[in-house]
Amino acid sequence: MSAAPSPSLPLRLDGLVYRAGPKTIIDGLDATITTPGITALIGPNGAGKSVTLRLIDGLLRPDAGTIRIGAGAPVRRAFVFQRPALLRASAARNVDLALAPLGLRRRERRALTERALARVGLLDRAADPATRLSGGEQQRLALARALVTEPQLLLLDEPSASLDPAATERIETLMAEIARGGTKVILVSHNLGQVARLADDVVVLAQGRAVEHGPTAQILFKPKSAQARAYLTGELPWTAYAAAS
Amino acid sequence: MLDTLADSVARLARLDHEVLAIAWLSLRVSLTAVLIGAVAGVPLGALVAVVRFPGRQVLVGLLNASMGLPPVIVGLVIYLLLSRSGPLGPFGLLFTPSAMVTAQAVLVTPLIAALTRQIVADAEAHLGDQLRSLRLSPWRRAGLLVFDVRFSLVTAILAAFGRAISEIGAVLVVGGNIDGFTRTLTTAISLETQKGDLALALALGLVLMGLVLVVNAAATVLRAYAVRAYG
Amino acid sequence: MDRLRRSLLSLALASVILGPAAAADQASITVASTTSTEQSGLFRYLLPKFTERTGIAVKVVALGTGQALDVGRRGDADVVFVHDKAAEETFLAEGAGVKRHDVMYNDFVIIGPKADPAGAAGQDVTRALRKIAEAKAPFVSRGDRSGTHAAELRYWKDAGIDLGAVRGEWYRDVGQGMGPALNTASASNAYLLSDRGTWLSFKNRGDLAVLVQGDKRLFNQYGVMLVNPAKHPQVKVKEGQAFIDWLISPEGQRDIVGYRIEGEQLFFPNAVPGKS
Repeated sequence: MSAAPSPSLPLRLDGLVYRAGPKTIIDGLDATITTPGITALIGPNGAGKSVTLRLIDGLLRPDAGTIRIGAGAPVRRAFVFQRPALLRASAARNVDLALAPLGLRRRERRALTERALARVGLLDRAADPATRLSGGEQQRLALARALVTEPQLLLLDEPSASLDPAATERIETLMAEIARGGTKVILVSHNLGQVARLADDVVVLAQGRAVEHGPTAQILFKPKSAQARAYLTGELPWTAYAAAS
Repeated sequence: MLDTLADSVARLARLDHEVLAIAWLSLRVSLTAVLIGAVAGVPLGALVAVVRFPGRQVLVGLLNASMGLPPVIVGLVIYLLLSRSGPLGPFGLLFTPSAMVTAQAVLVTPLIAALTRQIVADAEAHLGDQLRSLRLSPWRRAGLLVFDVRFSLVTAILAAFGRAISEIGAVLVVGGNIDGFTRTLTTAISLETQKGDLALALALGLVLMGLVLVVNAAATVLRAYAVRAYG
Repeated sequence: MDRLRRSLLSLALASVILGPAAAADQASITVASTTSTEQSGLFRYLLPKFTERTGIAVKVVALGTGQALDVGRRGDADVVFVHDKAAEETFLAEGAGVKRHDVMYNDFVIIGPKADPAGAAGQDVTRALRKIAEAKAPFVSRGDRSGTHAAELRYWKDAGIDLGAVRGEWYRDVGQGMGPALNTASASNAYLLSDRGTWLSFKNRGDLAVLVQGDKRLFNQYGVMLVNPAKHPQVKVKEGQAFIDWLISPEGQRDIVGYRIEGEQLFFPNAVPGKS
């Protein structure tokens, strides 16, 4: 469980295609992420960010293409959704849930749960019903549940999209800490300020493809592709660019 | 009508041992049937909601349709199965409370399964991705979703209880309405109506409604208490 | 700890619900009989006396005579106690029953509105039916293959009336037991044929009264038979035969006389002594 996290976890997406019915959502996506820390996925609604995250997690299977994570050994992954999906049970029980497949003893599970809750500052709320927590606390609880298995790869789908500024700040602090601890983080976010504050590199998605990938500062301030420029400056609709290119 | 009602209330006041025994039998038979229905129907409904397999839509359609199973038909089929001349004849269950429990369990199991499936499917839309991403087995996911919707399932189970205790078609056919043995509130109401004793029939009807009310109230109180603790 | 307590609680609940179903198993027989014997209240009066004497409980499934015989045919009863001699003899001829005994009789009566618009009142059952058919006065028929229904059809035939030819809206076939038929007649002020016992214990009479009675042909014989154990080995021969023997014994016959409603005797024992 406490194996030292690898400093970098190469992530290779090759020719990914994903269709939902007649619609092609991911349309030949290629990306190679070798940086440690936080990689942000940005792009307009419908670009395929959430689907890409789900493909990486394995929740969805690609219709074509391959995903390779790490050097071949199974990688511990965890997913935090935009809206925290919590059971009507105590905060501790919600964290404990993630340990179920590991076959640990009750006492070990309890120690891990308490450590994860402490990490997100919710140890004193362990026995409270999860539904009674505030929005920000619920999202921190979801993070604790993701952290309790000490994942090597953490997938975050707009984790602070529905939170107020104070709660967002706490989540951002936690994300930075997690990344510093050696966990590779993939963050989908529409909050460009957040991306600027946290991300080491950025992948821009448009219409199911990665149109640009580079260090955060370069993508945010000197984007090369027309699609990235249009998204960053808020020019819409940007299907026009796709048609033109 | 008003006279009959007044007479009924007067009879109700003199509730005798016999009426209580009939009410207790009704309650026991229907609660047992609902217990069996819940033990079979909740896991079935939850698994259908969680596990993808070929023919699932057909099964969902069948489950939903079987909520409307006509009690008389169920009664008749159980009758033919349990009859001495039927395949289960050697057990000698026809015209016993066990036969009534069997028939009612057959009636309420699909009802509980169909309602559970719907309730769990709604919860799965909200929690499903998260639970799958935690790499939990389908059984465990189904179990957790059932746990999550436990308060809503109370309503489904109450609906099943309401259907069981108020139906007459099945219990009459397989129970035989035997005085002091398989006579339930509904078959007694029917019998008294046939005898033209409308006041007594109505009084028994009031007992039936009272019973349903009490069970519902008890469940509602328990639910409110549990929700307050773990909502 | 919490979980343990909860499972113990559910276990306790389950045993409360399921438990009493397995109560002490008293010797008992199942009798398929008719709605008229049950709904007239005779069994409530008679059966406890038998149980007290022999310790055998009697479970009565009350149906129309035709259905009651079917329950016997399937082996789902030990004894059948019905009132349609022709059908009972068919039952015996098929080998479904062992031996038939006369037990008692009561009589049928024609019930109708007190005002008697068809002028049916009197002693002659066939004349009354002809009057009703002529006037096309509302008439309710059981229509359920019961002994009473079979008797009704016999009387129409005796009256020389071809029901198939004359039946119209006035002839209402309800396909139900005696009680529902009486309720229907009471609600629509119709004529109908009823056994006297059910009529006497019927409470929702409205404007109805007995118009025709006393005709010899209105005689309604009840017979009892043991279901054939050669066909259905689970038949409780000893207990079933005990019930039959008691019914036709002087003691049982005396108790049948004893059942009265408002002072009126409902059933008249006529078992042939010494024939059992």
